[in-house]
Amino acid sequence: MKTQSLKKRDSELAQAKRQLEILSNGIFQDGELPTFAEKIAENGHFPLRPRRLEILQINVGYMCNQVCEHCHVDAGPDRKEIMTRETMQQCLDVIKRTGAHTLDLTGGAPEMNPDFRWFVEEAAKAGISDFIVRSNLTIIRANKKYYDLPEFFKKYNIHVVSSMPHWTRGKTDKQRGDGVFDASIEALKMLNAVGYGMPDSPLKLDLVYNPSGAFLPGDQAGLQAHFKKALLEDFGIQFHDLFAITNLPISRFLDYLIASDNYEDYMYALVEAYNPAAVQNVMCTNTLSVSWDGWLYDCDFNQMLGLGVASPVKHISEYQEDLLQDRKIVISQHCYGCTAGAGSSCQGAVV
Amino acid sequence: MADQSYYDPKDLRKFGKITDWQEDLGSKFFEYYNSVFQEGALTAREKSLIALAVAHTERCPYCIDAYTKDGLQRGITKEEMMEAVHVGAAIQSGASLVHGVQMMNKVNKLDG
Ligand code: SF4
Ligand code: SF4
Repeated sequence: MKTQSLKKRDSELAQAKRQLEILSNGIFQDGELPTFAEKIAENGHFPLRPRRLEILQINVGYMCNQVCEHCHVDAGPDRKEIMTRETMQQCLDVIKRTGAHTLDLTGGAPEMNPDFRWFVEEAAKAGISDFIVRSNLTIIRANKKYYDLPEFFKKYNIHVVSSMPHWTRGKTDKQRGDGVFDASIEALKMLNAVGYGMPDSPLKLDLVYNPSGAFLPGDQAGLQAHFKKALLEDFGIQFHDLFAITNLPISRFLDYLIASDNYEDYMYALVEAYNPAAVQNVMCTNTLSVSWDGWLYDCDFNQMLGLGVASPVKHISEYQEDLLQDRKIVISQHCYGCTAGAGSSCQGAVV
Repeated sequence: MADQSYYDPKDLRKFGKITDWQEDLGSKFFEYYNSVFQEGALTAREKSLIALAVAHTERCPYCIDAYTKDGLQRGITKEEMMEAVHVGAAIQSGASLVHGVQMMNKVNKLDG
């Protein structure tokens, strides 16, 4: 288990450019596998274009209390990039103007941004119907100042979406660090205690599962049934839905794939599992991603690869929905991760 | 050459190509194969563990790779996988040993 981000380790993979080179060359350059553009062109989906904007995903910073093995953000305690109140205010101005019904706050650990609570309070006034916070759970147990987060989430009717790699301690701690499983279980109990995740509760608590190694997630319904049974029987914990998401070959997961000699096999598996039905619903078609410093991206993955939106509007401060809607979505081979099998998005399977 | 063997892990990727030279029969096999692994009276998870056990008794490296990966995708733990391998091994050794009765019968008949 590494304890520092790629950036702190001065890894060449901390450079988005280097990651894109790897994704563009080798098996894709020599024609052994089709590029994502070639593949979606087969079904007439090239260029990929957005539909109506429904979800605004805001990354409020890369700081995190964990250093998970597969983090696509390369987040960690050593990352200092966080959104300022000024940029948050620009986001709030846009939230009030767009027709987006879902606001999705992510990070790092979004709760570590000192203006996180202020932002939630202000954004809640905008009348969004689904207000998601992606919490890594352990943050709730990391420090006394976070112990009241379940109550805070409840007050603003936040939809909590939390990562939980497995229902066993060993697999969870392997991917996310020693002690993460026990702390996550404690946090889930605290969320249940205030009403989150109970069968008829409006306080939504969903879990996100992503594979702990170089393989794709299996059937979401089967995994959900197992998670529900195990967490209830072993710990008395309840939650609503499980989203099974595919690890995209970027950042720390790409680093892991290369170091473990799994990169080629993984790309083969993604291409082989390509599902044309998933293409229409990939999340960039209804989502826009905002980085900590206000730049706009088609999704959080493109954000990490430094692939800004192909639009004259590039920053939240100059937001113009009609111009943005007119753009072509920027793609590369990592996009195969969104179209494998049942597809994968921040909301899990898409078909 | 020392680094070559009869089995190449990359050949598993080409399994689908067996239809190339006999499309009809190959397609029928895949149709049957895919139907077998659907959820049924047994869950797809249970079937995956059975497949893993059989992969070991058949000593097929391709199937071992494929159903180890399939198990991981289904969230099956390594402890569960090893138990399945023991089930296969137990049946396999039991199958050898039970023939010991035949040997005993023969000894008794010839030399009893
Ligand atoms: S908790 Fe999330 S953001 Fe933090 S290191 Fe893990 S995957 Fe990355
Ligand atoms: S990686 Fe981003 S741009 Fe590519 S398909 Fe997925 S959501 Fe769309």
